[in-house]
Amino acid sequence: MKELSLNILDIAENSVKAGAANVSLTIRESDTRLTFTVTDDGCGMTADFLARVTDPFCTTRKTRRVGLGLPFLKLMAEQTGGSMAITSRAQTEHPDDHGTTTTAIFCKDHIDCLPLGDIVSTVLTLIQGNPQMNFTFRHELPGGGVVELSTAELRGVLGDGVSLAAPEIILWMREYLTGAYHENQ
Amino acid sequence: MKSLAELIAIRDKMQSKVNIRENLGSMRIVVGMATCGIAAGARPVLNAFVEGIAKEGLTDKATVVQTGCIGICQYEPVVEVYEGEEKTTYIKMTAEKVAKVIDQHIKNGKIVTEFTIGAQK
Ligand SMILES: Nc1ncnc2c1ncn2[C@@H]1O[C@H](COP(=O)(O)OP(=O)(O)O)[C@@H](O)[C@H]1O
Ligand SMILES: [Mg+2]
Repeated sequence: MKELSLNILDIAENSVKAGAANVSLTIRESDTRLTFTVTDDGCGMTADFLARVTDPFCTTRKTRRVGLGLPFLKLMAEQTGGSMAITSRAQTEHPDDHGTTTTAIFCKDHIDCLPLGDIVSTVLTLIQGNPQMNFTFRHELPGGGVVELSTAELRGVLGDGVSLAAPEIILWMREYLTGAYHENQ
Repeated sequence: MKSLAELIAIRDKMQSKVNIRENLGSMRIVVGMATCGIAAGARPVLNAFVEGIAKEGLTDKATVVQTGCIGICQYEPVVEVYEGEEKTTYIKMTAEKVAKVIDQHIKNGKIVTEFTIGAQK
């Protein structure tokens, strides 16, 4: 991976796979730090499973892919002097209040810190693939500006007849987000 | 900055076309977006298809969907184009190649043979 935004896409896909109806991605940036948090209300993990999930030698996968998943995210964050943390409540133990929060902190000054890259494309990919999901994006920029988008809000504007995955809508979202970043420069 | 009024105008334009859309036979563009695909560059390929289809006014003709691992990870990013029963598999795709596939295959029905898995073998 050459961009943090690709790792963010990979981590957010975990929430999709966990069957979450609500997923939020928050990025907080200062001049020296980048923190991202993905929160979902998916099936969650038991404490036992969570304890093993960042161990690269313990995986539910059939094949080991290099450069991805939680163990790699942890390694990448730590390499910059940052850290990763996951908290989770399993559906099996907490049927009414379950889900997962994954947070990673990166020190931007470190030579091993990857650039955030094309975060707009990550957001659009998530929405295009999961138009029914409630997805909230919020990016707090180093200068104090904020770029945000909520699919629940857009659905409220659009009504039920139109899918958020429609190419025309995705294109509008790209222009909207790109414009919002531009204004905050 | 883009306004919500514009979004509503886009919706109204789309809804006025809904009936026509249902009558048309559709092409399905399937992009492999599993982790292996994403690592190989599938994200810009997906976005180029979705946004290219919108810009070229081809939304009545083709839909773009994401799928998991197509099973030929060494050829990622992989894109399958379905027209009825017929399937074309494009491999090692890039956003530049997508522009050509949209122009020749999606618009004009001419398969871009040089990008297909058949050309690789
Ligand atoms: N948000 C989440 N909700 C529930 N389970 C999760 C979540 N994130 C990760 N997991 C669990 O941890 C495992 C490892 O995740 P990851 O390292 O991303 O690898 P992979 O997704 O390829 O399995 C997943 O297979 C899943 O069982
Ligand atoms: Mg994963």
